[in-house]
Amino acid sequence: MTTYLLRRLAFLVVTLLLASAVLFFLLRLLPGDPANALVSVGATPEQIAAARHHVGADQPLVTQFVTWLGQLATLDLGTSYISGLPVGPEIASRLVVTIPLTLIAFLLAVIIAVPVGFIAAYRSRKWYGLAISAVSQLGIAVPVFWIGVLLISAFALSLPLLPAGGFPPDDWADPVGAIRSLTLPVLTVAIVMSASLTRYVRSSVLDVIGSDYLRTSRALGASFASAMWRHGLRNAAVPVISILGIELATTFLGAVVVESVFALPGLGSMLLKAIAQHDYPNIQGILFVSTFAVLVIGFLADFVQRVVDPRLRDSISGNRVGGRRA
Amino acid sequence: MSAAVEFAAEVVAPSSRRRSLTLVIGCVLVGVILVTALLSLIYLPYAPDDTSGARLAPPSPEHWAGTDKLGRDLLTQLMIGARIALAVGVGSVLLGGMLGIAIGLLVAFAVRWLDDTLSAVLDVLIAFPTLLLAMLIVAAQGASLGSAILAIGLAMSAIVARLTRVLAKRILSQDYVTAARVSGTGWWGLIVQHVLPNIWPTIVVNLALQFGLAVLAEASLSYLGLGAPPPNASWGRILQEAQGTVLVAPVGAIAPGVLLVVLVIGINLVADGLRDVGDPTRRRSR
Repeated sequence: MTTYLLRRLAFLVVTLLLASAVLFFLLRLLPGDPANALVSVGATPEQIAAARHHVGADQPLVTQFVTWLGQLATLDLGTSYISGLPVGPEIASRLVVTIPLTLIAFLLAVIIAVPVGFIAAYRSRKWYGLAISAVSQLGIAVPVFWIGVLLISAFALSLPLLPAGGFPPDDWADPVGAIRSLTLPVLTVAIVMSASLTRYVRSSVLDVIGSDYLRTSRALGASFASAMWRHGLRNAAVPVISILGIELATTFLGAVVVESVFALPGLGSMLLKAIAQHDYPNIQGILFVSTFAVLVIGFLADFVQRVVDPRLRDSISGNRVGGRRA
Repeated sequence: MSAAVEFAAEVVAPSSRRRSLTLVIGCVLVGVILVTALLSLIYLPYAPDDTSGARLAPPSPEHWAGTDKLGRDLLTQLMIGARIALAVGVGSVLLGGMLGIAIGLLVAFAVRWLDDTLSAVLDVLIAFPTLLLAMLIVAAQGASLGSAILAIGLAMSAIVARLTRVLAKRILSQDYVTAARVSGTGWWGLIVQHVLPNIWPTIVVNLALQFGLAVLAEASLSYLGLGAPPPNASWGRILQEAQGTVLVAPVGAIAPGVLLVVLVIGINLVADGLRDVGDPTRRRSR
């Protein structure tokens, strides 16, 4: 397990380096001068040159990249071109909105999708089994912002129960206000996420129900419930866990859209503003933090999968057991 | 080549016994949007920038879907939206498909170390989400239909490339490919005669699914104001503009969503239907 962890950590660091290089150079290679954000329209060439020098944009790209990496190593994400404020604390202040939004929605989606997907598989030929899979099919075709707009018109405008958008100015110092503000966004994300999760849980459980080992267990006299509990759930969980990791990452990044629907001051709205203002340090910092989060989530999902599935643990230590599909 | 021809023939005219209901429903749903989009090229009820109507008017004989907050005809905008949704879908699938298949084949034929390196790069690109890549490109290029197609197509190409690589590797390890190699078939011959005909059905199904995702991605982008600029009325932007007045004039906030769902569900059903038709294991059992 230790070898695995070390190898996986090394891979994480290499991927992060590679990804930060990709986003740094992509941002620079595309047309558009970072210094344009610094000067007003009609600035003289001298002013532009001074501005470029001020932010280091006159250095060779590789030098800029190395400088940026050096700053990252000391946890310094740079300083915004527009506001002049450090990027790191700004991102941290936005994460107090985005992280609760993502995590609560994720938990809610898992709580909905696991039992519902199980029922859809266990009773796949009953009308409610079919209805669940039809609705979840519909759910993956619905744009997330549309659900948000529909929820706003139902629960904020028609019935004025919850705020249509915004967040208390003093964040979590006003916990009731914060929770009320997050209710509709969380529901929006959870509805969309549980639709796609339900489909994965359903197909995973269907695989298990049709498996030889479950039939054998039943033939040896175990009830469906105990066969499922002892053999089925663990097997069904393996593919679902890797999907959970991807879903959590997608939600964290997809929060851009939901935050925009509900005017939440999260990471997504910060990114949108930074893009509109061509504020390169901010864009770069947000993308770096998001990529980091995505990679860490992938790492955790991989780790949990290995804890649940002994076959994967064995395969890394060298004794690969058969070629059975997880 | 025979497999591809057979597959295409089945797609065009599935035998009556195997006619897939999902395929038919899917084609009808996509067809409705397609006809609307084609119609918008030759006929629009009003000019896109005609603000002569009353503001936020409900549906009426003059304006079948009502008007928006500037008095523009909503039906006109929704029709243009259909055109844009399909243009983005087709454009990004063409770009992502061609680029992805080419890269995937290249990686599949490459020597071991190059294969490993490129596969790792593809994994990183896939982990980098479409929406963020799109925002990056839009940040540099400015918001336009072209930027949206470029961004979505590029993100898609990584996914298609990985799929192509896996499928092509599987074919290349077959005995009949080894036999063809021994008898002197070059790499181009292998691709055209053996690899492409065999992987084509799976790729087509995947591209159909990607088409749906591309349409949703464009809607999100234009909802965020990063899609095609006015007067290109994308469904995402119509929805965003109508969001504030949803109680006064609900059509503008509801219709674009319904149309998006119709198109994406339709595409997904077509993909499911194609999978049933093109699945070799099912064909063998016939």
